[in-house]
Amino acid sequence: MLAHVEAASVPAGSLPRTRHLGDRIGDGLLYGLTALASILGLLVVLAIVWRVADGAWPAIKIFKAGFLWDNQWNVNLNQFGARDLIIGTVVTSFGAMILAAPLSIAIGLFLSELAPPAVRAPVGTLIDMLAAVPSVVIGLWGIYVLAPFNANHTAPLIHSVLGWIPIFGGDPHTESTVFTAIVVLTIMTIPITSSICRELFMGVPSELEEGSIGLGATRWEMVKTVVVPSVRGGVVAAVILGLGRALGEAIAVTQVIGNFIPLKHTIFAPGDTAASRLANQYQGASTNTQIAALIYLALVLLVITFLTNYAAQRVVKRFEFQRTGGA
Amino acid sequence: MDPNAISLKATGRGRRRLLANRVAEGSAVLAAVLAIAVLAVVIWSVGSRGIGAINLDFFIKGPSSDFFGGKGGIAPALVGSLMLVGVATLIALPMGVLTAIFVSEFAPVQVSQQIRLWLDVLNGFPSIVIGIFVFTLAVKTKVPILGIGHHQSAIAGGFALAVIMLPLVARSTMEVLRLVPNQLREASYALGVSKWQTVIRVVLPTSFGGILTGTTLAIARAAGETAPLLFTCAIAGQIVDWNPTHSVQSIPLTILNDSESADPALHQQAWAAAFVLILFVLVTSLTARLLLEHSRKKLGLQQ
Repeated sequence: MLAHVEAASVPAGSLPRTRHLGDRIGDGLLYGLTALASILGLLVVLAIVWRVADGAWPAIKIFKAGFLWDNQWNVNLNQFGARDLIIGTVVTSFGAMILAAPLSIAIGLFLSELAPPAVRAPVGTLIDMLAAVPSVVIGLWGIYVLAPFNANHTAPLIHSVLGWIPIFGGDPHTESTVFTAIVVLTIMTIPITSSICRELFMGVPSELEEGSIGLGATRWEMVKTVVVPSVRGGVVAAVILGLGRALGEAIAVTQVIGNFIPLKHTIFAPGDTAASRLANQYQGASTNTQIAALIYLALVLLVITFLTNYAAQRVVKRFEFQRTGGA
Repeated sequence: MDPNAISLKATGRGRRRLLANRVAEGSAVLAAVLAIAVLAVVIWSVGSRGIGAINLDFFIKGPSSDFFGGKGGIAPALVGSLMLVGVATLIALPMGVLTAIFVSEFAPVQVSQQIRLWLDVLNGFPSIVIGIFVFTLAVKTKVPILGIGHHQSAIAGGFALAVIMLPLVARSTMEVLRLVPNQLREASYALGVSKWQTVIRVVLPTSFGGILTGTTLAIARAAGETAPLLFTCAIAGQIVDWNPTHSVQSIPLTILNDSESADPALHQQAWAAAFVLILFVLVTSLTARLLLEHSRKKLGLQQ
């Protein structure tokens, strides 16, 4: 009996390993494999930046930073400058944001504060489905349905009221226009921005909302004074995330915008954007300089979208952290 | 009637406030209705224009080479899209799931936050830039890392789509793994089961449905992507081609090319192909979302 106890009370350090060799190998293998996959994923991000910068290098050497403010895209003379493409990208994206931001915030409020629970889920799903429609289908619809509709109805209406402002001037009956591209981008960004807004608004503590209602505020006053102010930064980030999507959208824009530079002073005229030019010239690229110039353009686009997305993600993360307490 | 009775009807300032409230609520409803109306109009436009060209030939024949607009089909594009999405899924699914397992089971909080952030950054990259990235990697390169030789191929196009899918699969899998109750893991450890066995026998089976639906959503997204294919898998023959080292046709590019053609018969083809694509994308994402909701509820109840 005594001998038995003695045998059991061996010093802790010399306890036999209970873990099977197979388990130790298995744990190590799974850890290694999953870590490797994660590292490869991050390497893809780095590789994208490196390969695009590397591919653009010949063009960077020739055109230097002047590429950003020169305005010509002459394949025959091998002269490339992206000024109007960058302006076109900024104009279409910001135009889309001006339309999409209020609409998305309104949809977010509808889904989080206003809609009865039975309506909430199906409406939310339908709006998410709008995000699932492929951009090439939106573009096809843009060419044959939206563009004629804009040229015959929307644009002349805006022109007749605001035509005295130069950007709404020109001939409103043009079909391929910057304006149609703005509408297409608005449609494509609304689902993204509105679903983030909805999440943000739902995260506002209901005690605050009930307190406001209890003090006699109407629902609109509650939204105006409590809901929106408490997540203002997050809403800005949601809009910027939508902007990031709009900046990089190539296909739908190239289908409706008319692919024309130099830009006119009106949105009722053909134009072009950086992403659209990339999509448009994929088959035509012949000389090495032209290919390098296109990749340079891609690099510019990459830097712009990276900065916007990174900034927006940081802000959104802060709100997630605030809401969930960092869980 | 008692002349001293207090009227509860709002007047003056109160009325203005109620009116403002009514207007604001109305605008919110209107915005939601507008978004849904756009979706309805898009689906209706595509459906009504596309359905006329859809018949059996449309699915089993190649594009018509007849100059006078004989009715052709999209068989090569269907096969091509299938192959592209297949290649993309083969790459993105294991990579995404392994990354998600690392983040949710192994990595310290700081590291997993960083990985999440960079996956979001990758998700934010314009898809056309990803196409150009693969172009520099596989098509126009001195060292053919990916492509078999220096040309476009289904492998290159599929790889580009995989880069689009990776953050989607990884993020959705992370969400599901996070829902797996910790009690299940702890119960498994308490029985003396090792970590890798726990992950493979407990965590993954519990979240299998969620991973599957997340992947389906990513596939639906990849199937409709056009931009990554422009530089990597765009110039292709008009016949059905099962060789992944060849450049193949795809549904999105067929729509793009046909929509910009001058031939009205091809416009009809574009609408029909768009109808097939939109039907596939909407039906798969809708079912996947419903299933996801279902599995989320199931996991939520266990907690």
